[in-house]
Amino acid sequence: MAQHQDFKKPTFELSMLLYDTRYRSTSFQVIALILFFSLIWWLVNNTMSNLAITGKDIDFSFLVHESNYDINQRLLEYDSRSSHGRAAVLGVLNTLVLSAIGCVTATILGVFVGIARLSKNWIVARIMTVHIEIFRNVPLLLWILLIMSMVAHSFPVPKHFRGADPIATMKLFDSVALTNRGFYIPEPLFSNGFGDMGFFSNSFYISIDLIVILAILIGSIWASGKIKARAKRIQEETGIRPTTWYLRLGVIFIPTILLLVYLGFYLGYPELKGFNFKGGIHLRNSLIALWIALSLYTSAFIAEIVRSGILAVSKGQTEAAGALGIKPNVIMALVILPQALKVIVPPLISNYLNLTKNSSLAIAVGYMDLTGTLMGITLNQTGRELETLLLGMSIYLTISLLISAVINWYNRRNDMVER
Amino acid sequence: MKKSLFIGALLALGMAATTSGASTLEEVKARGTLNCGTSTGVAGFSLPDANNVYQGFDVAICRGIAAAVLGDPMAVEFVPTTGKTRFTALSSGEVDVLSRTTTWTFSRDVDLKMDFHGVNYYDGQGFMVPRSLGVTSAKDLDGATVCIQVGTTTELNLADFFRVNGITYEPVPTEKSSESRSLYQAEACDVYTTDASGLASARSTFADPSAHVILPEIVSKEPLGPVTRHGDNQWGDIVRWTLNALISAEELGITQANVAEMAAAPTNNPEINRMLGTEGNLGPMLGLDKDWAHRVIAAEGNYGEIFEKYLGVNTQIGLERGLNAQWTDGGLLYSPPFR
Ligand SMILES: N[C@@H](CCC(=O)N[C@@H](CS)C(=O)NCC(=O)O)C(=O)O
Repeated sequence: MAQHQDFKKPTFELSMLLYDTRYRSTSFQVIALILFFSLIWWLVNNTMSNLAITGKDIDFSFLVHESNYDINQRLLEYDSRSSHGRAAVLGVLNTLVLSAIGCVTATILGVFVGIARLSKNWIVARIMTVHIEIFRNVPLLLWILLIMSMVAHSFPVPKHFRGADPIATMKLFDSVALTNRGFYIPEPLFSNGFGDMGFFSNSFYISIDLIVILAILIGSIWASGKIKARAKRIQEETGIRPTTWYLRLGVIFIPTILLLVYLGFYLGYPELKGFNFKGGIHLRNSLIALWIALSLYTSAFIAEIVRSGILAVSKGQTEAAGALGIKPNVIMALVILPQALKVIVPPLISNYLNLTKNSSLAIAVGYMDLTGTLMGITLNQTGRELETLLLGMSIYLTISLLISAVINWYNRRNDMVER
Repeated sequence: MKKSLFIGALLALGMAATTSGASTLEEVKARGTLNCGTSTGVAGFSLPDANNVYQGFDVAICRGIAAAVLGDPMAVEFVPTTGKTRFTALSSGEVDVLSRTTTWTFSRDVDLKMDFHGVNYYDGQGFMVPRSLGVTSAKDLDGATVCIQVGTTTELNLADFFRVNGITYEPVPTEKSSESRSLYQAEACDVYTTDASGLASARSTFADPSAHVILPEIVSKEPLGPVTRHGDNQWGDIVRWTLNALISAEELGITQANVAEMAAAPTNNPEINRMLGTEGNLGPMLGLDKDWAHRVIAAEGNYGEIFEKYLGVNTQIGLERGLNAQWTDGGLLYSPPFR
């Protein structure tokens, strides 16, 4: 009520903007906003005038010009006659591949370490603590460089696989070659494949075999889901759940296996030819160094998330499950982890985000990701700093926003199933 | 009180944007040191010695400029740059001049807005392989793994060479030449390619240099020289004529040993007199004093002396003069006249 009277007071002094609690927060927000926009304005203005002084303009036309450089890891057709734009696309794909495989291994390792750290076995728990502390507290770049130099210096050179009595031999029934230039593993090939399909006036190709296999696989999984739903319905109606596991396994595997046989599936093995191994899939030493380093580093953070997620589930749950006579490891898998997941998943995905951004350290070992192509060689050879950096940043932003969208989607879905 | 502080801070920021128009010469004089962009370490060209003092062929150019402008060849702050960072370092004003085995190309000159001021080393790209590989020509390198530095002309020439010859290769890009050298020595690549002088330099740092051969093919033209930003012509003139003074001094027989004597009184040769300031006033035309060239030559000697000291046949690097001999000896070095 006192406020009501204040409000009617006719005198308004400028100092009230600062000292009157009713206005203060608004004034501060306005000031902050003005400062923020002045800063932006100054930055833009400064950049523009500096560009004008050096006689440079903003021009993205370099993206369609020949890049004139080669890229070693190519997921699409590319050579030095391709455009800078295409080089950037290859860079994005290399970023995504590295991030994807990194996220998978970091998760597997992180979940394992996180659970093992809670182990009642003192030694196991200690070892896991050491793992977490080591990988969390040493800068990622050092791990990347260390692993790169370990691969480059301690694995055999390809030529050591040569000769009647070679110094080094291939592993796993002559199917895998571990060299200091990277690892060569067998690649899936089809003798009777459908070939490729061109997109966007043949600017890139997708293997029809891959599309068909994915389609069949998704169809099988859908069918298997249907069988499961039917089993559940029968169980609810009659109280007896029909055994369906062999049916579901068959539905998932048999069509795919038949398709692979039809396509003439076989494995292409790496073979030493000339300077290097040819054939097979070449996991370059730079990819391996980044993959291992990113996985280990991120796994330390994921382990902590998993541990705190498990600890967040009330101890009563374990005890109740124990009272029902469920075995400890089954309690973990069926009672604790499903509940812990709700706590674990959001920060887990933000760690995926970190891993993706951290993958931009790739250039340190010469892995041609987005920072290596667009924001590296293209930037250098064209001198288009502003354009390449803006473009690169928006691509990272887009990837991150997509991952964030997944988090939000997950959170919303989970809110709904909460009881 | 608070408010005025704010406005002051804003003004300071605004001022920072506008001061960048001052001339490089004035900035360097006011600062008292020259900021010189060098490589991250190439023996013979730019490398700190045991006392952490930079030494080398490219370093000597910066010492000459510092001697001309500041009167002290040691008044240089060396900033290590990689192939990738060098032009940004120059255009952002972090360095005043780049003296770093940098090739003069059309797009760098015209599009990147750099100014090149002559050539201090006429080079070309070569390939080095371990002798044990038994390769004798670059055309036999089909399928080889090749170490290169990113952001260089090297990676572009390499793509062209293999393409034109219809052979393939696997590039292993690194940022610093030290990383390339280390991967090459671990045989993580079969071939190391860069400017031929850089190969000779790299080879000299290996435990057994004779175990490596530089293949006969030179696949490009790499005129290397000092670079400044577009737009400051006076500063560009100083860099250009410092290099020319070093080259002319060799042609005219002025050496580190005799320069003091020759500069003490006019000699019989008017060009020497004009250069060393005992006649005319070329120095002041540059915005410097009359003694500038005397100091440049006194710093590390003339071009020939610098070459022999850091790169010549009696050094670890062991390079012949070749194209880098004076035009009077059948080389390409040809300084415009001091007139
Ligand atoms: N001249 C070429 C290549 C220059 C280059 O990268 N040279 C190497 C080897 S001579 C170098 O200076 N490396 C030193 C470093 O990486 O810091 C260019 O201008 O692009």
